[in-house]
Amino acid sequence: MKKILSIILCVALMTTMLVGCGDKATSGQSDQGQKQGNEPVTLTFALWDKNQEPVMQEIVKKFEETHPNIKVDVQLTPYKQYFTKLETAAQGGEVPDVFWMNGPRFMKYAANGILMPITEKVKSENIDLSKYPQGLIDLYSYKDNLYGIPKDWDVTALWYNKRLFDEAGVDYPTNEWTWEDMKEAAKKLTNTDKGVYGIAARADTQEGAYNTIPACGGYIISDDRTKSGYDTAGNAEGIKVWIDLIKEGVSPTVPEMDDTSPISMFQSEKVAMIYAASWNVPEFMKNEMIKDNVDLVVMPKIKGNRGAVIHGLSNVIYSGTKHPEEAWELVKYLASKEANEIWAKSGVVIPAHTEALDIWKNSYPNINLQAFIDTLDYATMYPSTVNTKWFEVEWDTYIEMWNEQISVEEGCKIIYDEMTKALKQDK
Amino acid sequence: MDSQAVNIKNSKSKKKISNRRKNDIKWAYILILPTVLGITIFYVGAFFQNLFYSFTDMGAFGKWSWIGIDNYKRLIFDPEVRQTLINTLKYTIFSVPCTIIVAIVVAALLNSKIKGIGIYRTLFFLPAVTMPAAIAMVWKWLYNGQFGLVNSLLAKIGINGPAWIADPRFALPAIVVVSVWMSIGFNMVILLAGLQGIPQSYYEAASIDGATPIQQFFKITIPLLSPTIFFISIMALIKAFQTFDLIYLMIGKSSVAMDKTRTIVYLFYKYAFEWYEKGYAAAIAVLIFIIIMIVTIIQLRLQKKWVHYE
Repeated sequence: MKKILSIILCVALMTTMLVGCGDKATSGQSDQGQKQGNEPVTLTFALWDKNQEPVMQEIVKKFEETHPNIKVDVQLTPYKQYFTKLETAAQGGEVPDVFWMNGPRFMKYAANGILMPITEKVKSENIDLSKYPQGLIDLYSYKDNLYGIPKDWDVTALWYNKRLFDEAGVDYPTNEWTWEDMKEAAKKLTNTDKGVYGIAARADTQEGAYNTIPACGGYIISDDRTKSGYDTAGNAEGIKVWIDLIKEGVSPTVPEMDDTSPISMFQSEKVAMIYAASWNVPEFMKNEMIKDNVDLVVMPKIKGNRGAVIHGLSNVIYSGTKHPEEAWELVKYLASKEANEIWAKSGVVIPAHTEALDIWKNSYPNINLQAFIDTLDYATMYPSTVNTKWFEVEWDTYIEMWNEQISVEEGCKIIYDEMTKALKQDK
Repeated sequence: MDSQAVNIKNSKSKKKISNRRKNDIKWAYILILPTVLGITIFYVGAFFQNLFYSFTDMGAFGKWSWIGIDNYKRLIFDPEVRQTLINTLKYTIFSVPCTIIVAIVVAALLNSKIKGIGIYRTLFFLPAVTMPAAIAMVWKWLYNGQFGLVNSLLAKIGINGPAWIADPRFALPAIVVVSVWMSIGFNMVILLAGLQGIPQSYYEAASIDGATPIQQFFKITIPLLSPTIFFISIMALIKAFQTFDLIYLMIGKSSVAMDKTRTIVYLFYKYAFEWYEKGYAAAIAVLIFIIIMIVTIIQLRLQKKWVHYE
């Protein structure tokens, strides 16, 4: 009996090692900011993009010059772990004072009271919200309260490698291209001997099907955020157009794209065309191999129609922050024209403040950044729900559909059911 | 016999120096207190907390309500649980025997008197002190279907290698190879210690009687090493059931091989930290606990059949 007991105890200990590991993952921030009086207050700021971190540091430097009593500690967490960490931190009340929020997660965090509403502050300080894309203001509003001022926006465009086009003797893409034109070009560009493909048919949402679905007449979520569009023919069609590219052999297969990411393939000149969002600009432009060979146009029309999805990040304040005033000062500064102009000059992201757009357009004068701005006219809002599990299911299902493990109809049904379940829970 | 004598002596002198002994006991407890506290709070406490959560629907931001055994009912009918259990079993069946056999062979070879033995031992032990993340990254690169070293070597002998870790057929064996390679070092050190506890005189006697080295290995080394082998097989089995890091790091979230490689602990992670269904995740953790406990008890029972204690 004693022996059995000791076995049970030992196994319990070994098993709890893995259960316990997640609980203690605090965000590693210290309580430096607690000191009162003349001591400067330290705010923590969390973000996930390593390309944007240096620019953020630059802005923080400017901010600290004008606000000598506030220090900002910028913490970088890769996107893959960012929300896992944030969620765990929220449970322990150790959330950064100010942090990046994205569309899909926003409703969940707002509904759970993690975010501080800023409606009153925006009103009392006369911040002109019309300077920011209205769609993004809507995205970051929940139950008549605004929770974040947009910092940037991103849309997708069709990028192409001029050198590979020249080699294959194919004309460069234009803004007037149709999906068929793109497919024809992709066929000519595919060169199996060299391991070059015409286009990467990514199993992606924002940089893939979220753009082709509206072009085919479908939608992800209804405007009032109550119904899924995955039961419409447009959604199935918007997914099929991608899978056809793989079937025709003009795109790498799903395992190939898993081994080496499509973005890396484009950067190593293994694919000639790719749908890539605006946040890739700095990475492409830093790559010596392709920076002089790539350009972009707006995404092709499908059966005469255009479609695109717009998404943007915002800076939000933790509802439990010890320094709400200082946090607001930082958020206000980040939303200012001055800060937006620093973003614009860096060319890293498209600044949310419209007056900074012209500066951004010229950040890389050699490429057609206007394509992103043109896309803004018809871009639809990124979906957001309180219950976010369907995003994960959607992603898993995309992989299965792209890999032809299940049919597009079956896949759409799975996502539709999961989304409908989530939307029911939202109410 | 010696220990019995000591025991008798102790019990005789117990009354004489009982005050001093009390003092000793007091200090013994004080000295183990930090460890006991640590284990109680972070392991035993966490274990019961987990057991409790497994009866709740704990979700985002730690909000929960009591739902009885619903999580367990769901567990039984969840095809994903079944698939991940099958994957875990496959992984265990491949990796545990391989690990033990390879480790015994390597340890036996490294127990001989050859030049530079220290260097060889260090080389084999290196993977054990390398971070799993670094190992995973390097192997991921080696396994890459288009640019990996493994495939470029295979190409030299005319074989067109697959995308090892992106192909559902090869992903699991590929991961097993890495895990075996990783665990050789640790097991080898323990086995070496066991090997060195075997008196040389047995081998001398055996060779005088005309036993070949192979016979010596199976008739002397293996039986006398069996307590050590027993220990590492228990450890290896528990570790195999808890495999997570290699799969998390090497098989991408968007990989088609995920379905055929995802282990039960990975499923636990997915529910707890990606889907935020912590109540259900806790129930999965309890399931893992029960399985490991049963397997360990079976191993302990079987022990009598093949483990020889001197």
